[in-house]
This record gives sequence, C-alpha cells and structure tokens, in this order.
Amino acid sequence: MPQTVPSPVPATVIELVDVNKWFDKFHVLKDINLTVGLGEKVVICGPSGSGKSTVVRCINRLEEHQKGTIHLDGVELTNDAKSIASIQGEVGMVFQQFNLFPHLSVLENLILGPMKARGLSRAAAIERARHYLERVRIPEQGDKKPAQLSGGQQQRVAIARSLCMEPKVLLFDEPTSALDPEMISEVLDVMVELANDGMTMVVVTHEMGFARKVADKMVFMDEGKIVEQASPDEFFANPKTDRCRQFLSQILQH
Amino acid sequence: MKKNFLALSLLLVLSGCAASNVTWGWYVIDPTTKTGWINVKFLISGMGQTILISVIAATISIVLGLVVALPGQSSRRWLRILNRIYVEFVRSIPLLPMLFWVFYGLPIVFKSMGLNIPIDPFWGAIITLAISDSAFTSEIYRSGIQSIAKGQKEAAQTVGLSYGQTMRYVILPQAIRRILPPLANQFIYIVKMSAFASVIGMQELTRRANELVVTEYRPLEIYSLLIVEYLILVLIISAGVRWLERRMGSDERT
Repeated sequence: MPQTVPSPVPATVIELVDVNKWFDKFHVLKDINLTVGLGEKVVICGPSGSGKSTVVRCINRLEEHQKGTIHLDGVELTNDAKSIASIQGEVGMVFQQFNLFPHLSVLENLILGPMKARGLSRAAAIERARHYLERVRIPEQGDKKPAQLSGGQQQRVAIARSLCMEPKVLLFDEPTSALDPEMISEVLDVMVELANDGMTMVVVTHEMGFARKVADKMVFMDEGKIVEQASPDEFFANPKTDRCRQFLSQILQH
Repeated sequence: MKKNFLALSLLLVLSGCAASNVTWGWYVIDPTTKTGWINVKFLISGMGQTILISVIAATISIVLGLVVALPGQSSRRWLRILNRIYVEFVRSIPLLPMLFWVFYGLPIVFKSMGLNIPIDPFWGAIITLAISDSAFTSEIYRSGIQSIAKGQKEAAQTVGLSYGQTMRYVILPQAIRRILPPLANQFIYIVKMSAFASVIGMQELTRRANELVVTEYRPLEIYSLLIVEYLILVLIISAGVRWLERRMGSDERT
C-alpha cells in the first residue's frame, strides 16, 4: 500500500535532527540526523557500542534523548503524556532477545496489545492474530507457550506480535543475533516479505545479504556518530571512510 | 543415630530432673485431670484470636506492601524516594514501641484532629502488625518485580500497554511465582510477632498463658505448652509454604 505513494518524495515518517544522548557522562549519540520516509527501509550497521541500538530505542522512546528533536509522523517525542500516548503501539519493535511474554500462549501474546491498548474485542483480536501468524508462517502454534518453540519461531511470533498493532513503523534491534545459524534465514525471509509489502522499517543488523536485498538506505555508525549514509549500491561498492571499509571487510569475510 | 541421641538427651534431662529437688507441676496442664483439662482449654482458646489477627494483618500487609512497592518501581524520582522513606522508616521501628504508639498515641492524634476513633487492642494489634510487616512485603514485591527481565516491560510498552496494564498483565503474573513463597514465609513472622499483642490486652495465646501463670504460678510448664502451641501453628504454615513452593516451581516454564 505505501508503495503507491503519489508524490515522488515519500512522506517523512521519522525525522531525527541533531539528536544527542548521554548515559551519565558517556556520550552515546552525537548529532544524529536521520530521515526515514514512508515505506522506506533503513539498515543501520556498525561495530558494537557504536550506538545503533540506542538510535532505534530513542525512536520508540525506550530511551530518552537529551538534545535535538525526534519527530514521528509529525509529532515531536517529548515527555508530554499526549506525545507518549500518540506513539504507543505506533512503532513496533522486534528485540534481539524476542521478549515474548513467557506466561502467555502465543495467541495471548499477540492479542494482548490489540485488546488492551487498541480496545479490540477478543474475537477481532484473535482473528487479526491468526492472520499475522499465517503471515509469519506459524499458523498452527497459537496455543503453545513461547518456551515450546524454537528461537526462529519465537522471533517470528515476536514479529507477528508487533504486526498485530498495525504499526506505522517497525524497528528491528539485531533480530537474528540471538539465533542459531540455521534459523536466521527463516526470520530474514519473513522480514524480506514485510519489506516487499511496503512496511517502513529500521533494521539494526549485521546481515549484509539482507541489507543488499531490501535496504533503500544504509547507515554506518561508529562511536555514537553516523559516519556514512548512502544507498546500498554505493555503500557496498564504494565506502567513503576507512572505518567503514574496515568494518565491511571484516564482516563480509564470513 | 539421631534417635539414639534424642533418647539419650531425654534420659539425661529426666534423670537430672529426678535428682534435683525441684517439684514439677506438669499437672497444671495435664489434660487427663479436670483442672488440667480446663487449663489447657483456656490456653488453647487464645488460638482463634492469634490466627484471626495474624490473618487480617497479613492480608492488609499483602495489599499495603504492593501499594508501597509500586511507587518504588516508578520512573519518577520523588515516588521512589517516598517508597524508600517508608520502607527504611517502618523497618527500623521495633514492633513493641510501634504497638505502644499506635495503641496509646494514635487515639490522641485522632482526637487532636477532632476525630473520635477509639483503638481497641484487636485493631491496635492488627494495624501495628500490618504496617510493620508491609515494609518487608513491599521489599518482597520489589525483588520479585525486579527479577523480571527489563525486556518484558519494554516489550509491553511497544505493544502499547500503559504502566498499569504492563504491571497487571505482564510483570505481576510472572513475578507472583517468586513473590508468593517468601510472602507466605512472612506470614510466619506475623504469627510469631502477634504475641506482642498480649501486652495491650489482646486475648490471644500469649496473653492466656500469662494470665494462667499469674493464677497457677507455673511458668515453666505453661510457657512450655505455649511454645508448643506456636510450634504447631508454624509447622502447619511451613508445610503450606513448602506445598506452595513445590506447586510454583513445578509449572515455571509451561
């Protein structure tokens, strides 16, 4: 649906301007500027500790930034209750550790948000949940507890759980880093499908094959700064900084 | 081995008894004699009051503890400070002075505010036990809530749940398994501490024993029975706690 946006420049969904953040004295984010358009897929990579997860966590307000502005669909993120309410559930998030609710069944994991935050009836929420479970290709696991599923299945449930909120944006924080190698592709396949369906996505990952396949924009971060921002073709063929070149050569060797 | 040791100790004590010129007065609590039976009935008759004030105080403490614990988890600093002040303050007051303050002092405070609220020994004991215990139950809640991984709260937030909903549907159902056993343990503490209620005239186990000691002047025999009464009560609760722990532990992951 968002792929058929009439204007040539897609509407901006996320806009970060000069965002700075400190953990106590430690300056984690330095003057981050990033725009994500409707339907755009942005892949953020960089060495560990470079602040890439923190950027994503600032976008859905799991972390607070101290300087600069973040706009989400035109609404500025502040501590204002109205601002917080307006983004709650609008920005989906897929975590490295899945963070499924272990005491609830898969189906209950999926319907909790739609029912409690969106006010959907149980029947409607279940219908929606089944639809998205089908989409992540585990329609038959609804009654199981998360611990009974494999890591790859758990992460796909987590994706379905985010989708059930029908968010404007889906954020991924190293979604495959905690998975056994043979399960990575089943999760990436689902993500590629989502991307092809026009979902706006910001993905922190080291999966460069995935990045090449879906990214509209590559972002390379190091020491809290965005060092490079480019289209994937340019980014992989012609990295501009030594730091980025070094990083790419290291992760592409594998 | 253990049995032999017990038998030997008993023999030593008894022979010591026989050799000394102390006259034993076990007859005062010998249920086979008429007066003995009346005395035993009199002593046991305090059991109902002990159980009643313990159960009511524990119930209040369980609710109050949660009310105290939740602000301690807040992101607002002043709420956390309020929680710390309550816990540190209440925890540091010995039970007996607090009991005196509530029973003798609180009615005067009420009077100064133009309220005529008398405090009888029953409610004086319950209020004191509940408040004193709530500092501990709130700490039990705190450690239970904190034992749930931070990712659970974050995941709940990203599916749009409010703070209250997150607690109710995600955190507390998981924390309850770690909270219940120590909470039940805390009940034992209340039962034992309820003995202090005797000093403000509460007709419970200890008070009954004291009264009988005054008329019979057989402190050793009567207090021995008193100890046995508490022992039986606590053993029953302990058995309940162990049963609870087994049940809680067994379905941890399914």
